Amino acid sequence: MTNITDLGIAALRDGVAKGEFTATEVATAFNAAVEAAQPALNAFIVTTPEKALEAAARVDADRAAGKPLGTMAGVPIGMKDLFATKGTQTTAASKILEGFTPQYESTVSSKLWDAGAGMLGKLNLDQFAMGSSNETSAFGNVISPWRRPNDTAPLAPGGSSGGSSAAVAARIAPAATGTDTGGSIRQPAALTGISGIKPTYGRCSRWGVVAFASSLDQAGAMAHDVTDCAIMLEAMAGFDPKDSTSLNLPVPEWTAGLSADMRGKKVGIPREYRLDGMDPDVARSWDDGIAWLKDAGAEIVEISLPHTKYALPTYYIIAPAEASSNLARYDGVRYGLRDLPDGAGLQDMYAATRAAGFGPEVKRRIMIGTYVLSAGFYDAYYTQAQKVRTLIARDFTNAFMDVDVILVPTAPSSAFALGEKSADPLEMYLNDVFSVPASLAGLPAMSVPAGLDRNGLPLGLQVIGKAFDEQGVLNASLALEERAQFSARPEKWW
Amino acid sequence: MSVDTATVAKIASLARIKVTEADLNAMVPELNGILAWVEQLGEVDVTGIEPMTAVIPNHQRLRDDVVNADPLTGGDIRDAVLANAPAPEHGFFGVPKVIE
Repeated sequence: MTNITDLGIAALRDGVAKGEFTATEVATAFNAAVEAAQPALNAFIVTTPEKALEAAARVDADRAAGKPLGTMAGVPIGMKDLFATKGTQTTAASKILEGFTPQYESTVSSKLWDAGAGMLGKLNLDQFAMGSSNETSAFGNVISPWRRPNDTAPLAPGGSSGGSSAAVAARIAPAATGTDTGGSIRQPAALTGISGIKPTYGRCSRWGVVAFASSLDQAGAMAHDVTDCAIMLEAMAGFDPKDSTSLNLPVPEWTAGLSADMRGKKVGIPREYRLDGMDPDVARSWDDGIAWLKDAGAEIVEISLPHTKYALPTYYIIAPAEASSNLARYDGVRYGLRDLPDGAGLQDMYAATRAAGFGPEVKRRIMIGTYVLSAGFYDAYYTQAQKVRTLIARDFTNAFMDVDVILVPTAPSSAFALGEKSADPLEMYLNDVFSVPASLAGLPAMSVPAGLDRNGLPLGLQVIGKAFDEQGVLNASLALEERAQFSARPEKWW
Repeated sequence: MSVDTATVAKIASLARIKVTEADLNAMVPELNGILAWVEQLGEVDVTGIEPMTAVIPNHQRLRDDVVNADPLTGGDIRDAVLANAPAPEHGFFGVPKVIE
């Protein structure tokens, strides 16, 4: 008999629809897996087994009544704790929001519940989604289910969607939501051997998502494979009048449009991504990807994205600038933590609350953002960065006149150990070197597992597409997936 | 451009984050490291380049100018608005006294 927790979205949904198992059996199996793994992996900040069971009971009742079932019916998922969930604590992994209980539901999560999904719990993440290893969470590190051979050193699940990636890789959730500001879906997906897609900026509503950098933040899907990501993203996406940058476009039928046939397609390989001193396994996996897409019928074209090297420094001006503005709302007045020292006035209360509530990385970014926006420095830093951002986006526009998609590695290395990079902020930032450019240009991009490196750890390949062309991204990713035949799983130790 | 302790103290004050002397001393080299790194953007020729304002072309929408156009973000939900306030008083957000 199939182990239910080994199944992904499509298999669970179809199994429930056919009556092979009930949605309640599915929810029960995943609830048990979550509970068993929680002490070791710490993937969740809160678990909500009752929510998973309630949603499952509704699906089972609908099926019994012969009602039509949604595209995610009977699939319990993990919800990144950046999405506001009505009645369930939402923290962004920060002490400043501990105990915050939203009175409303984010658009993305409510669309998923409408499609029949249930909630296993709220997933851990880097605090305010600022980090690449999940080490900045105020609720403890997430431990990757992956380990190096004969080594019990805890590895990073990537970040900021580290709870999401760990949960899906450990098969304690069949899928999870993520958000991606500079790589926070793709990098953790790559480090844990799962698939993750960030759609075009504006596809998924930001309403009810705790804001980090509003011109970059995009929600997306993290799941076992490309098909599951397509199903889930279709359920999440769509126009929302409550988000001023939401795209007023119909959601394409990505799942129905999936095709791994790359004949007639051109794949761009940007020479600027081949960095000096590139990890040889990452370089080899990139070459594998090129060969696979060629095998799928694509024509490979070398391209140039000349401003690539400026993407990271541009990002580390724009994202902190927007964060410093967005996070001004945490002041101890309307929600969240309040620290009111004896005899303190209003200004002292703000400063004490924010000092006590924000973690070091969040403070660092607020400080950088405040500085680059301050009088006298605004033009030199912020305006200059926005101009360079225009050039980075233009590089992609020019490249896409010649090619349909771009293939690059997702991350510069496989998973690193906890503590290995957290001492030096700049070293951690470099983890996003391959993912940030597409974010700055607002483009859809996806990471799929490509194989294992010399340490037996997963590596990801990234497909970047034209704006609005999630289909092209999903299809090239499917062509990679079919040829990579990635089946490695972390050995269960938790 | 590099920052010194006084500048970092000024930034912290603008950002409304209380910092100790030890925090300041730790932050100065960290911020200088990051600022020195982002300064490489200065070498990019941006003559005639407009700063980006919208990453994906879109137009600003206006909602209908009516009360409670959206029940979720409209009025008459005082208790929900105050539900997470650390110190609500008499249907308002409570704050320390600001007027003597």
